[in-house]
Amino acid sequence: MAGVPYLEVASELCKGCELCMGVCPKQCIAIGDKLNSASYRPVYYTGENCTGCGLCFYACPEPGAIRVVKP
Amino acid sequence: MKVYEKPNALYGTFERKTGPALESTHYCQGCSHGNVHKMIAEALVDFGVQDRTVFVSPVGCAVFGFYYFDTGHIQAAHGRAPAVATGIKRANPNSIVLSYQGDGDLAAIGTAETIHAANRGENITVIFINNAIYGMTGGQMAPTTLIEQHTTTTPGGRVEGIHGNPIRMCEMISTLTAPTYVERVAIGNSKHIMKARKAIRKALQIQIEGRGYSFIEILSTCPSGWKMTPPDARDWMLEHMTKVFPLGVFKDESKAREPGSWDRVIKPFEPEAVGAYLKDFVGATVADPSQSKPQEMHCKFAGFGGQGILTMGLFWAQLAMRAGSKVSWIPSYGPEMRGGTANCQVNIADERIGTPLVEEPTMLAVMNQPSLEKFEAEVVPGGVLLVDTSMVKTAPTRTDIKTVLIPASEMANQMGTSKVANVILLGALTAATDAFPFEYVIKTLPELIKKKSLVEMNIEAFTRGYQYVREQQNG
Repeated sequence: MAGVPYLEVASELCKGCELCMGVCPKQCIAIGDKLNSASYRPVYYTGENCTGCGLCFYACPEPGAIRVVKP
Repeated sequence: MKVYEKPNALYGTFERKTGPALESTHYCQGCSHGNVHKMIAEALVDFGVQDRTVFVSPVGCAVFGFYYFDTGHIQAAHGRAPAVATGIKRANPNSIVLSYQGDGDLAAIGTAETIHAANRGENITVIFINNAIYGMTGGQMAPTTLIEQHTTTTPGGRVEGIHGNPIRMCEMISTLTAPTYVERVAIGNSKHIMKARKAIRKALQIQIEGRGYSFIEILSTCPSGWKMTPPDARDWMLEHMTKVFPLGVFKDESKAREPGSWDRVIKPFEPEAVGAYLKDFVGATVADPSQSKPQEMHCKFAGFGGQGILTMGLFWAQLAMRAGSKVSWIPSYGPEMRGGTANCQVNIADERIGTPLVEEPTMLAVMNQPSLEKFEAEVVPGGVLLVDTSMVKTAPTRTDIKTVLIPASEMANQMGTSKVANVILLGALTAATDAFPFEYVIKTLPELIKKKSLVEMNIEAFTRGYQYVREQQNG
C-alpha cells in the first residue's frame, strides 16, 4: 500500500469560512472551537476518510491554508 | 504521488499584510478572489509560462495582484486593463497576458475597453470576477447587481426603472465575431469550481497557442459586501445569480482557429529608423543661425478653419526653431473641421518658454472679419498687424501699431488656388518684420512641406507676398 491520503490545515492562515467543509465528499473536515491569532476559528482534519480528491484545496479561498497529499 | 498545495506562481509571503500571518491574503473570509488566484497560478506553473506572464491588475480588491503573483506585472487605471493588456501583448507577442478585472472595473468604467479589446480579438485572456457589487469601496451597486438586490447605494433594492438591468457581459461579447472562447463559470460547489478551473486553463491554453481572445466570467461571492456568511453567500450566488447569469459556454471557436493566427506582430522600433524619421522634424539643416535667428516674438494667427491658419503658424514656428530659437505653437479651434473660427499662437524666444499662450501679441495676422474685431485690441503698441484684405472689409482702427494690408486670398486665387494665401501672408510677414532673411526661408520652406509636388507653388507664393510688401515699403 502506497500510504494513506491526508490533508493539512495551516490553522494560522485559515479564515474559518467553512467552504471546504461544504465540498468534502467524506465530511472529514470540521470547524474548530479555538481562535487563531487573527481571531478566526480555523477548520481541522478529523483524521480519517480523506481520499485525497483535492476538492477542499480548490474550494478554499486562501492559497496556502489547505494542503492535500495523495500518495 | 499527487500533492495539492499553494502553486509556486504565488509568492510565499504577502508583504502587503501586516500582523501575525504574512502568508495569508488581504481578502476577506470566503472571498472568491483567492480561489481564482490559486487556479490561475496553478495553470501558469503547469503550462510552464510563469516567466513570460504579465498580469494586469485592475482597480478593486484585486488591485494588489502584484503582491500575490510572481509574474510580470502592470497596474492599470480603472477599467483600462484590456487596453493595457493589448499594448503589452502587441509589444511582446511572446508574453502571456492576463487582464483580471471585477464587475465595476470591466462592466462600468471599462466597458469600452472591454468591448473593443474583444472586438479586435486581441490574443489575451480576460478574467472577469462578477460578484454583483463594488466590493472594495463598500458594497455599492454595480452594473451586474441583480434587480431587488440591496446594496449601499440601492438600500431599497435595485429597481429596473431607476437603475436599469444587470449587464450580461458574456452574452454581449459572444455576439462579436472575433472572440475565440467565452464562458461563464461560478465559484460554487465542487462541480462549479472544477469547471471554473477547466475554463481558466482552456483560456490560457488558447492564448499560449495563439488562437485568440478568451473571456471567462466567474460568478463570485463577496460575503462582506453581501453581509452573509461564506456558505450563505455561496448558496445565494448559486440560487439567484445563476438565474440572471446562466452558466455555460457562450462561444467556442478554439478548434476552428489556426494556432498563431491571432498573433499581432508589430515591427520593433529600430533606433536608426526612428532617428531618420525624427530628422524631418528637428536637426535639419540650419542655413546660418547667426543671421537667421529672429527677435523675440509673440504671434497670433487667426481666421476660418480651412484657410491654413494652423499651418501658417506652424511654418512660422518651425522657421524660427530651425534657426535656433526656442518656440511654442498651440492651436485653438472649435469642433468644426471647416468653417469654424481657428487661431494659433506662436512664441519665439531665446529662453525656454513657460506658457504657450499669447495674450499680448507683438504680431497678429488675420484672415477674416471676426478675427480682426476680436483680436485687434490685443496687439501691443508698436506691434505688427497683418490683414488679408480679400477677406476683411473694414480697415483696422489702431494707429499705434504697424499695419500691413495685402489681398492675399485674391493673389492666391490668381495663382490658381486660394490654398496658398497663408504662405503669401508668411512672405508678407517676413518682409514686414524682417524676422528671417528671404534666402533662409526659400531654402528652409521646402523641408517643411510634406507634399513635394507643392513646394514650387509655395515658394512662388512666399515670394509674391514678400515682394508685395517690399514694393509697398519702397513706396
